[in-house]
Amino acid sequence: MTHTPLTRSPADRPEGPGRPAVEPVVEPLVGSVVDPAVEPVVFPQDRTCPYQPPAGYEPLRRGRPLSRVSLFDGRGVWVVTGHGAARELLADPRLSSDRTLPAFPAVTERFAAARNRRIALLGLDDPEHHVQRRLLVPSFTLKRIAALRPRIQETVDGLLDRMAGQGPHAELVNDFALPVPSMVICALLGVPYGDHEFFEAQSRRLLRGPDAADIEDARDQLDAYFGTLIDRKEKEPGDGLLDELVRDQLREGKVDREELVSLATILLVAGHETTANMISLGTFTLLRHPEHLAELVAEPALMPAAVEELLRFLSITDGLLRVAVRDIEIAGATIHEGDGVVFSTSVINRDEQAFPEPDALDWQRPARHPSARHHVAFGFGIHQCLGQNLARAEMEIALRSLFDRFPGLRLAVPADTVPFKPGDTIQGMLELPVTW
Amino acid sequence: MDIGVTIDRDVCIGAGQCALAAPGVFTQDDDGFSEVLPDSGEGERDPMLRVAARACPVGAITVTEHAT
Repeated sequence: MTHTPLTRSPADRPEGPGRPAVEPVVEPLVGSVVDPAVEPVVFPQDRTCPYQPPAGYEPLRRGRPLSRVSLFDGRGVWVVTGHGAARELLADPRLSSDRTLPAFPAVTERFAAARNRRIALLGLDDPEHHVQRRLLVPSFTLKRIAALRPRIQETVDGLLDRMAGQGPHAELVNDFALPVPSMVICALLGVPYGDHEFFEAQSRRLLRGPDAADIEDARDQLDAYFGTLIDRKEKEPGDGLLDELVRDQLREGKVDREELVSLATILLVAGHETTANMISLGTFTLLRHPEHLAELVAEPALMPAAVEELLRFLSITDGLLRVAVRDIEIAGATIHEGDGVVFSTSVINRDEQAFPEPDALDWQRPARHPSARHHVAFGFGIHQCLGQNLARAEMEIALRSLFDRFPGLRLAVPADTVPFKPGDTIQGMLELPVTW
Repeated sequence: MDIGVTIDRDVCIGAGQCALAAPGVFTQDDDGFSEVLPDSGEGERDPMLRVAARACPVGAITVTEHAT
């Protein structure tokens, strides 16, 4: 049985663009898990409806905890779709998050070409990862997030006031969904919101390209930006998380400048892009499910459960990536050292063994099935989202306040013309024209 | 039946999932480490206890039962 050694560079790999997707170089390994006669499903695919998993993932849902998919370059990797297997594997240290390993899978050409640089936090394995995570955790505890709620509410109310003043039309992504988390993460980190057009544009390029050159250049620009900001904070300290890290960690020599710049970039990008997508796609989903929306408006106490259910249902970070650094036996299959592994959260979070009637949107689910909170929308294992409790607070406040302020909120264009993001990035709406 | 709850602080990553799921049993200290509330004798019979333990992304929580 062959497998891709960790030391082999991507250029050495025999597969490449142009090779038929039906011939994965890493052959299916176990007959009982994979039927080699069936053409492998390609991953990732675009969603056909922005709040449903891609129709093309349907074969992956049929009873297997893991199977094989083919990436853009024809490389075959494991796709994990069973909830139990996902929890087990995401917590397994034999799967690495180090994107600089040559065998680390890439879901697009642009990510393959731009993975030479280490990424803080989410691109590190333990023990290095644990050290960085512990630096940041005190700023994201439930208590700290609860204390931020009035500030989030104030931010949301300010944006809704502005929409009301300019209405009765708005483009909800730019007027609301993006600025809410962007303003909040700026305040938390101590980044001037006045620079938001710059860093939002760079985040967009970092995640969506279109080319590898965009990713590289966006990283360079963000590095330069944070380098300058950290210089300034050394001279004129403020009261954000970055100021604390400069004072307590950089000056004490516990982190170096390069590491701090990389952490700042991750926190800023992860802190606004993801939640912005949940707010825009969450709003679209509610507008397309008027009975669910009415239930929520009538009983606002349901909002935390609704947010949890939307996280599960929408699974916007659909395609978490790892590479095996040791052999792993699971569910009758062997994942070999060097194999790529992708976790399709949209399929995992609709595993009917874990979530009865998984395709139903149900605000009562967390009350009826307490284990509904075991969805993996924020990942699982050591890399589970650091900012998840901030994200929950932002979503609850943003969605509740939006529909409170504009009870007649509706789409301004036909639903099937509203553009949403392609499958190779975080899922969400590109635009959301609304009226009231 | 006695129920024991322990948290491995070397493993805890401060996700706060336990305190979110079962606030009657768990809390987070200022450094983000999870703790069992000192007066959670009643809470240890909390129906959410096991859900909370299973919600821990790094398996830092152990729930044990032993006959008294």
